Amino acid sequence: MTDLPATQSTGQSLIALGELKQFVSIMIGKQLFGIPVLQVHDVLGPQRITRIPLSPKEVAGSLNLRGRIVTAIDIRSRLNMPPRADDQEGMSVVVEDQGELYSLMVDSVGEVLSLDEATFEQHPSTLSENIREVSTGIYRLDSSLLVVFDVPSLLRFQGEEAA
Amino acid sequence: MDELLSEFLTETSESVSELDVELVQLEQNPNDQALLSNIFRLVHTIKGTCGFLGLPRLEAVAHAAENVLGRIRDGSLEVTPDAITLILESFDRIKWLLSSLEENEVEPEGDDQDLIDRLNIVAEGGALGEDAGAAAPAEEPVAEEPAPELDRELKPGEVSLDELERAFMEAPGPEDMAAEEPEAEAAEEPAEPEPAAEAPPPAAKKEVAVSGGQSVAKQPEQDKQVRESAVANQTIRVNVDLLENLMTMVSELVLTRNQLMQISRNEKDSEFTVPLQRLSQVTSELQEGVMKTRMQPIGNAWSKLPRLVRDLSIELNKKIDLVMLGADTELDRQVLELIKDPLTHMVRNSADHGIEEGADRVAAGKPEGGTITLNAYHEGGHIIIEIKDDGKGLDPEKIKAKAIANGLVAESEADSLSEQQIQQFIFRAGFSTAAQVTSVSGRGVGMDVVRTNIEKIGGTIELKSVFGRGSTFIIKIPLTLAIVSALIVEAGGERFAIPQLSVVELVRASSNSEHKIEEVHGTPVLRLRNRLLPLVSLRRLLRLDEGVEEMPQETFIVVLQIGTYSVGIMVDRVFDTEEIVVKPVAPILRNITLFSGNTILGDGSVIMILDPNGIAAASGELKMVDEDAKDTARQLAHRSDVSSLLLFRAGGKSPKAVPLALVARLEEIDLASVEYSEGRPLVQYRGQLMPLIPMVEDMKLEMEGRQPVLVFTDNDRSMGLIVDEIVDIVEDRIHIEVRPDHPWLMGSAVIAGKATEVIDAGYYLTQAYGDWFGSADSDSQEPEASRRVLLVDDSAFFRNLIKPLLSVAGYEVTIAEHAEAALDLCENGADFDAIISDIEMPGMDGFELTRRLRSIDRWQETPIIALSSHTSPRDLDRGREVGFTDYIAKLDRDALLETLAQTIDA
Repeated sequence: MTDLPATQSTGQSLIALGELKQFVSIMIGKQLFGIPVLQVHDVLGPQRITRIPLSPKEVAGSLNLRGRIVTAIDIRSRLNMPPRADDQEGMSVVVEDQGELYSLMVDSVGEVLSLDEATFEQHPSTLSENIREVSTGIYRLDSSLLVVFDVPSLLRFQGEEAA
Repeated sequence: MDELLSEFLTETSESVSELDVELVQLEQNPNDQALLSNIFRLVHTIKGTCGFLGLPRLEAVAHAAENVLGRIRDGSLEVTPDAITLILESFDRIKWLLSSLEENEVEPEGDDQDLIDRLNIVAEGGALGEDAGAAAPAEEPVAEEPAPELDRELKPGEVSLDELERAFMEAPGPEDMAAEEPEAEAAEEPAEPEPAAEAPPPAAKKEVAVSGGQSVAKQPEQDKQVRESAVANQTIRVNVDLLENLMTMVSELVLTRNQLMQISRNEKDSEFTVPLQRLSQVTSELQEGVMKTRMQPIGNAWSKLPRLVRDLSIELNKKIDLVMLGADTELDRQVLELIKDPLTHMVRNSADHGIEEGADRVAAGKPEGGTITLNAYHEGGHIIIEIKDDGKGLDPEKIKAKAIANGLVAESEADSLSEQQIQQFIFRAGFSTAAQVTSVSGRGVGMDVVRTNIEKIGGTIELKSVFGRGSTFIIKIPLTLAIVSALIVEAGGERFAIPQLSVVELVRASSNSEHKIEEVHGTPVLRLRNRLLPLVSLRRLLRLDEGVEEMPQETFIVVLQIGTYSVGIMVDRVFDTEEIVVKPVAPILRNITLFSGNTILGDGSVIMILDPNGIAAASGELKMVDEDAKDTARQLAHRSDVSSLLLFRAGGKSPKAVPLALVARLEEIDLASVEYSEGRPLVQYRGQLMPLIPMVEDMKLEMEGRQPVLVFTDNDRSMGLIVDEIVDIVEDRIHIEVRPDHPWLMGSAVIAGKATEVIDAGYYLTQAYGDWFGSADSDSQEPEASRRVLLVDDSAFFRNLIKPLLSVAGYEVTIAEHAEAALDLCENGADFDAIISDIEMPGMDGFELTRRLRSIDRWQETPIIALSSHTSPRDLDRGREVGFTDYIAKLDRDALLETLAQTIDA
C-alpha cells in the first residue's frame, strides 16, 4: 500500500495515526468498500441530478454542490453491477480528482473506520476484474472484508465504453 | 483631454518615478550596465514620445539628459554625484513640465536653456561649478540645437517616427502645435501608428478643467516642481489576472443573485423582497462596473489599420481612404484581442481585392480614391462591426467558376445557386478570388479563417455585396464572453441552454397551424417565409427519444443561425432567457461536441449548454467532423441511404416498389386512347408515341376507364409502365433480402413494414427501348462509339439501379463490387473511358481507390466520378484532393448522365 495522498486538506481532523488508516465505509449491494478519508470532500444524501445526454453510461449526470458543478458517477454502473432498486434512495461521496469534483453514487455511507495496516492485503487473484481494476487492496475486518477504492482508477473510464 | 495625451502623461509620470529610483541606484552601482541601459531606454522613450506629440520643451530637456546618459553608457563619462544630480534635476524639470501640461494641455512658455546648457557641459566632459543648483553660465557657446536628428539608436519600426518628428519640428509654433497636436497628427499622417497606444492600460478619462486662455509662463520654481501628476494618480495598472478573477467572482455573485430572485419570486410578500431588490441592483451595478474594467474602445484594435492602409495604398498604387466610425465603442478586451487579426485581414482584403485601381474606378464612374469604412456600434447586447468598401464587389461569375474549379460545387448545381449563395463560397477553405497572388493577399488563407475565428468567440459574419458597387462585411460579436444570455429549452424531459446569440427566432409548429412540419426524404423541414428550413429534433440529436416515438401535437422550433447555415431545432418546450456563466464541463464529458459547457440556473439546477457549432456539425453541415462527431456522422450517413419509394400494386397482392427518383411522372391514361401496334399497346403522349409495358406479361388492358401508368423518361423518349394501383410514396431504407427469380425483380425488401417486391426499372427500360426503338436515332447525349464505364459500388441496389441507366444511355458498363476488384481490373489492362465509384465501401474506399488509380500513369487523365449519398464540403474537398473529377449525389441520374457525357468528351 502506498502512502495515502495527503494533498487534500478538507478540514477533517482525522489523520493516519501510526499504522492506523482511516476510511469512509461505503456499502454497495452486500459489499463493504472504503475510500481514504482524506480524499473525501462531502457526503451527500439523495440529490437532484441533471442527466447528460450522450455521456458514458457511468456518468449519471451532474449536480450543483454549493455553486460548483459536480459530475455524478454511478458506481454500480462503473462496477458493472445491476442498478439499485428503485425504492432505495442512495447516497453520494464527493471526491476531487485533478481539480474536478466527482460525486460517487453508492447505496449507503457508513462510519469512518480506523484500520490497522497489518490487516491490509492484496486482493485475491480470483477477484473479479471489475473490482480489481478500481481498488488497491482489501482490509480484513472482524466481521467482513473492506475493499479499498482507488479513486483515480474509478474515474478512468472515458473512451473505453463511450455510449 | 485628448486620450493620447493623457496616456502619455500617465506613462511618462510612471517612467520618471521609476527613473528617480533607478538613477539613485546607479549612483551607488555605477557599473551596473543593465540598470544604465534601462535608464537610457526610458529617457529615450520619453524623448521619442515627446517628439511625436510635438512637445519641444520636454523633448529638448529629455534629449539633453539622454546625451549625458549616452556618454555615461559609452564609458566616456564617469558617474559622478554631480552628473546624477544634474540628471535628476532635469527629471524634476520634466515632471514640472508634465504637470503644467496636464493642467493646460500645452507646454508652458519659456525654455530650459540654462538646464540644457549645463547638461551639455557635462556631456562635453566639462565640470560644473561648485553648486549644482546654481545657474550655469548661460553664455556657454556649446548650446546645441535640440535637433530631431539624433545620434540615438533606432529601434526597428521607429524610422517613421523620425520623419514625423521632423515634420513637427518644421511645423510652425511649438505652442500651437502642442495645443492641436492630435488633430494635426491625424490630419497630416493618418497612417502613423500611435506609439503611446501600444501598451498602456485603459486610461481613466479624467475631465480636466482647461483654464481659459494661454497660460502665463511660470518660472520653474523649485518648490513647485515636484507636484505629483493628478492624472497619474487617477489611474493604476492592474494585473489582468486580477481582473479576470474579479470577473469570475462577480459572475458567481450574479448567479447566486439569480437563484435568490427565483426563490423570492415563488414566495410573494416575503420580508426578503426589498433587501433582495437592493442586492440585485447593487449586483447589477457591480457587474457592470467590473465589466467596464475589462472594456476597451475598439479603436485599440484599429490603431494599426491606418498605417496598414497607407502602406497598402502606396504598395498597390491605389488611393484609399480609411474612415473609422465609432472607434470609442467599447468591448471586452478578451473579445478585442480575438477580433484584431480577423479585422486586419479583412481590411487588407478590402484594400487589395476590393478597391480597384484608380483608372478603373474613374472608368466605372466612381471617385478615383476608394474608401474603406469601419463602423462599430452596439445593438442589443452585441457589438456590430461593419467593414465596407466601395470597390468592385464580388463577381459571382468568377466565384462560381472558382468554386467549380475547386470542386466545391458541381457545375450542374452551381447554376441553380443564388448570387447570395455563391458569395458564401468565399468563406470556404482554400478560396481566394485574387486573380494573382500579391504580397498582400491571395495566398489561399482567407475568409474561412476569419469566419472560424469569429465563430470561435460566438460571433457571426455576414456578407453583402453588389457586383461593381462594393462589399460590406457585418460582424456581430458578443460584448463579453464571460456571461452570456441563453434561451432555456426542454427536450425529452431535460432542460438545455442555447446561447441567445445564435437564436434568430422561435416558431411554434402544430399540425393545424400555419407552420407545420413536413418531411422530405425522412428529414423534417419547415416552410418558413418561402424557404425550407432543415430541422433537427433535439431529442433525437441527444438520443433522448427512448420510449417517446410519436411527434407531439405541438413543437417549438428554435431557429439557429450558425454562420450562414440556418437550422431549426425542435424542442418540447421553451422557457425564458437567463443570463448564464459558461463553465467548462468535466474532462470526462469534453468529447461530447454538442455541449460547449454547463452552468447553474437560477433555481440551482445544473444545465448543459448546447454548442450551436456542434449542432450544425451534427445536423448536416459536417464541417468539423472529428473523432467524436463520427458517430453522429455515421448515423446521418445511414439516414441519407433512405430513399423515396413509390409503392404500387400490379399483378398480384404483394405491394411493389420502385425508387421514386426513377419515375418521371405518374399518369392516368384514358384506356380508350390506347392504340395498338404489332399487338403492343401505345398511347400518344406529349406529341409522341409512348409504349406501354404491362407490369406482368399476361396483364389484360380494359377497353375503357382509366389506368394508372408510371412514366419513365429518358432523353425525349418515354415509356409507360402499366400498374393496377398507385398505393403510396414512402421513405425507407432499401435492404434487399431475398434474391430474385425474375429478371424484372430486383428482390424483396421490407418496406413500410411489409414484404415488398422492388422492381428493376432498368429491365423495363431496356425492354421498351430494345424492342421498340432498337438503335434508333442517337441523340446528342448518346455517344456514337460505345464508351466503356467501370462502375464501382458495393451496394447491389445501386449497381442494379445505375447499370441499366448507363446501359440505356449507350455505355458499356463493367461492374466491380468493391474497390479492390476495380483496382485489379484497372491494373490488369482493362480499358475504361470513365470510372464511377462509390465513396463508402467496406475495405478500400473510393478516396483510396482514386488515389491509387491516379498514381498509375495510364489512369491519370481518366475521369473518375464520385457517387455519394452525402456531399458535405469536407467530402468534396477531400474528393478533389485525391483526384475525383466530379462529385454526384446518388440517385441524381440526370446529373450523372450529364456529367458523364461532359467529362468523357472533355
